Amino acid sequence: MPSKLIENTMRVNRLPHIWCPGCGHGILMRDVAQAIDNIGLDPDKVVIVSGIGCSSRAAGYMNYNTLHTTHGRAIAFATGVKLANPELTVIVITGDGDATAIGGNHLIHACRRNIDLTVVVFNNNIYGMTGGQYSPTTPHMEKGTTAPYGNIDYNFDIPKLAESAGATYTARGTAYHAQQMTKLIENGIRHHGFSLIEGLSVCPTYYGRKNKKGSTIDMYNWQKDNCIDVKKAANMSAEELEGKIIIGEMSVADKPEYTDMYMKIIEKCGGNK
Amino acid sequence: MSKKLVIHSAWCKGCGICAAFCPKNALEIVKSKVHLKDDALCIKCGLCELRCPDYAIYVEKEEE
Ligand code: SF4
Ligand code: SF4
Ligand code: SF4
Repeated sequence: MPSKLIENTMRVNRLPHIWCPGCGHGILMRDVAQAIDNIGLDPDKVVIVSGIGCSSRAAGYMNYNTLHTTHGRAIAFATGVKLANPELTVIVITGDGDATAIGGNHLIHACRRNIDLTVVVFNNNIYGMTGGQYSPTTPHMEKGTTAPYGNIDYNFDIPKLAESAGATYTARGTAYHAQQMTKLIENGIRHHGFSLIEGLSVCPTYYGRKNKKGSTIDMYNWQKDNCIDVKKAANMSAEELEGKIIIGEMSVADKPEYTDMYMKIIEKCGGNK
Repeated sequence: MSKKLVIHSAWCKGCGICAAFCPKNALEIVKSKVHLKDDALCIKCGLCELRCPDYAIYVEKEEE
């Protein structure tokens, strides 16, 4: 028997999931479910939208209204769902490639509109499903099957990218820091506006193996030892922060939300009577 | 209310994350499946549940 939380939030007949042993995506998916459960949302009013990639399998397992869409387009579909049904809580589960490469344009424009979506990016630093090609978040000089000598691109900082494009809630957590990640997702869902939460995952199969990151446990230990909370980081020097990753809430802003403004326009034009 | 550690072995993929981060070293992996070494070691903190990617281990609250 699985736990009550899993029975209440997942399609248990579809489990165990397809993700590799030790993959951080399973932990992150649980964090999303726990966040929804903590808020006490009516499952009928929750929509999970995903794109394509390892991360996007989540839509098949989570027991809500779910929409598994085309590569990179999850945010575009989610925008349609939200605009037609503003009362729904719409959560996008996407990956680093899906959100910032194939769907990069959808991401920045949804940020710019400040539409009330919660986007959770399961960042495994690579294209896992298609065999380990480097992605926009593969760190500089790390390896992928398409970068056997090291990736000369510089990686995106996803929360920063989202914030500068107009997202009004941005945060970063990790698979290791499950409690914090759950809280960040919860805050993102509660926030009225565009929320982006990056969840650093662990991909032992491709990213780990290609880059000699050691065992699965070594990869989780790396997150434990190298991710610094944003509040603690504020009191650390640049040298101390060298090679570290900052986690926690990155930005929160208050700005009119897209569907609210849209409804006002409809009213102004005499609609909805 | 007492608490019980439950292992749903069918879903366990033997990744070892739960065992590696158990503060009491109460878990071990035997033939690619998790086992509780001794229930007396386990403090029912639930950290294994939070980090199991496969929902194969959890702490259950039992009503008495
Ligand atoms: S390839 Fe990597 S990200 Fe994809 S399921 Fe396997 S471990 Fe997870
Ligand atoms: S973390 Fe879960 S899947 Fe991994 S060994 Fe422990 S119980 Fe099994
Ligand atoms: S509940 Fe805590 S002490 Fe018990 S096995 Fe899990 S992590 Fe270890």
